[in-house]
Amino acid sequence: MPRALGPRHSVTTLGHIDKGQRTVQMAVGFTNGRSVATVSTVERHNVRLSGLPDGQPMLFAHGFGCDQNMWRYVAPRFETDFRVILFDHVGAGESDLSTYDPERYTSLDAYAEDVLGICRELDLRDVIFVGHSVSAMIGVLASLREPDRFAELVLVGPSPRYLNDVGYTGGFSEADIEELLTSLESNYLGWSSAMAPVIIGNAERPELGRELTESFCRTDPRIAQQFARVTFLSDNRADLSRVTHPTLVLQCSNDVIAPVEVGKFVGTTVPQSTFELLDATGHCPNLSAPDETSDAILRFLRR
Amino acid sequence: MNSEVAFQRASDAFPVDTLFDLAPCGYVITTPDGLLVRANQPFCRITGYDEHELIDRRRFVDLLSVGGQLYHETHFLPMLQMHGTAREIALDLVGRDGSRLPVLVNSVLHRADDGTPIAVHTAVFEASHRRQYERELLAAKQQAEASEAKLRSLARTLQESLMPPALPVIPDLRVAAVYHPAGEGHDVGGDLYDVFEVAANDWCVLIGDVCGKGVDAGIVSALARHTLRAVAMSSALPSYALHTLNEILLRHESTRFCTVAVLRLRREDGMWRIVTSIGGHPPPVVVGPDDVSPLGVPGPLVGILASPTFVDTERVLRPGETVVLYTDGVTEARAPDGVFYGEDRFHRTVIEHGGPASALPRHLVDDVLRFQAGPARDDIAVLAVTAALPD
Repeated sequence: MPRALGPRHSVTTLGHIDKGQRTVQMAVGFTNGRSVATVSTVERHNVRLSGLPDGQPMLFAHGFGCDQNMWRYVAPRFETDFRVILFDHVGAGESDLSTYDPERYTSLDAYAEDVLGICRELDLRDVIFVGHSVSAMIGVLASLREPDRFAELVLVGPSPRYLNDVGYTGGFSEADIEELLTSLESNYLGWSSAMAPVIIGNAERPELGRELTESFCRTDPRIAQQFARVTFLSDNRADLSRVTHPTLVLQCSNDVIAPVEVGKFVGTTVPQSTFELLDATGHCPNLSAPDETSDAILRFLRR
Repeated sequence: MNSEVAFQRASDAFPVDTLFDLAPCGYVITTPDGLLVRANQPFCRITGYDEHELIDRRRFVDLLSVGGQLYHETHFLPMLQMHGTAREIALDLVGRDGSRLPVLVNSVLHRADDGTPIAVHTAVFEASHRRQYERELLAAKQQAEASEAKLRSLARTLQESLMPPALPVIPDLRVAAVYHPAGEGHDVGGDLYDVFEVAANDWCVLIGDVCGKGVDAGIVSALARHTLRAVAMSSALPSYALHTLNEILLRHESTRFCTVAVLRLRREDGMWRIVTSIGGHPPPVVVGPDDVSPLGVPGPLVGILASPTFVDTERVLRPGETVVLYTDGVTEARAPDGVFYGEDRFHRTVIEHGGPASALPRHLVDDVLRFQAGPARDDIAVLAVTAALPD
């Protein structure tokens, strides 16, 4: 702007939470001026490796609500005999939040593709996939896409569909899921507005993103909302019968999220499956009963 | 009563073993799995259950709304298991009569010395009013976000109206432009430019900058753009267009003024002739192999003086020559150490790039953005025109 009348040129800028810089594309090819560094899949997902470097890979996938720490009491049990791989889904834990694209993560397929991306980048073969909660179905989808990568599946608290349907009891109505979304929203009060500009991916200040994720099991509310929707509105019943790998279904007693009937449905629908009912109650036996959970998985692997 | 006596009385009246039931909040103890082991009287009162209906019969999670149960299992419990505490969690209890009771919950997981979980202690605070207030705040926040999104969309629409959505294809002339908004680009900038046909082989190219930012500036930019377009149809002299715009801005209710450079390009006998007139704007430059030559004679700002003088100058644009028009977002960009990008650097960059026009604006704007290392402080607009070489 002209400088002639200096003091009149006050520049005002609004606070904003929009993504990146907006530019108008004209006759020539145009990018928005900010170069997006290529982030490796391993960095994007905060992949952590432990155990036997040459061992058979065990890939542990966490569910909705937390991050790879869900496996902190279980994974160590397998480090003596296996190559243990932990990761965070994009949007969770210390994953690269700036690579969360709401347009992409509209179904579990995108998450399954991420799992395959990790397998490819680490060149994993013969993978034992251990998926908790929604990641059980993510693993099923990944195994259907690239069956050759996988050896066995362990599904902890799986549910192919959370909503009730004709002739099927998932346990929830749509109103229940809406209530969960409200619950998420009300527990992020006061947090989201302060953090929003950060979450969107502030390439210039990556330390802000780290600060955010250090607070454990916290997720950007908007990502949590979308992941909740994708999770609880998914329907993968038709995929179960197509699974070709030996599969362990670990079912908790008294699980409000994945009731016993649902686990049994998975057990009877997946062709080569072993159904095991744990004494553990609740939805997170990997936290509440890590030994029972690990023992059951080891029994299955050594069968 | 002296303070010592008061102290003694308050202290003696409540033996420690009564504190559980006299607590000013619901208080329950559960097994690590959540089965209720003890519940104090306020908790029973809040939920409407008799103690015997709860103890060893219900889990804490059973008393929550379904949405709350989902949250409890996916967030609350993992947090509790790993942090040992969960604080200020908003949940809805479902009372014995089915009523909803908004509460805030704090829980602590107690472990034995060997780390084995023993019990969870949970305090439950009634929070109907607070939660109602929070819901209102939340609704207000959502509304504010929606309004902001709408505002941004309006700003974008307005901004886009200040420039052609795509540049025209002109026989024997290559044209390219780049516009980069200030900051994160959510405000309307004052920059404008246009390229349009007046008649066959007769084109107008202009660039301008209205002082200030925001919707007000955008409106004046739109006024300027359309005025210049209209006037070009009735006069071949760019200075006439500037005089008319000056008149219109002086009579306009806004006190804003602007800078404009107007170029009229006519193709005669296989040559492009440019007539230039400038009102307060950085002169466009013709890029030569070793130097640049400015176009036009500097004139006053447009929209300030009652009778300004704008001058027309004419020059031939030879085949292969490129004209660069720009706003001061280029030359006044500043590096983090405060140094201006400046005219010299601008000249060097365009000379080094040379032509043709198609990639020059992008190259220049990228160089400016690199130089200032961070969001642009001002809008940047660059337009380049190259006379095509004969086939």
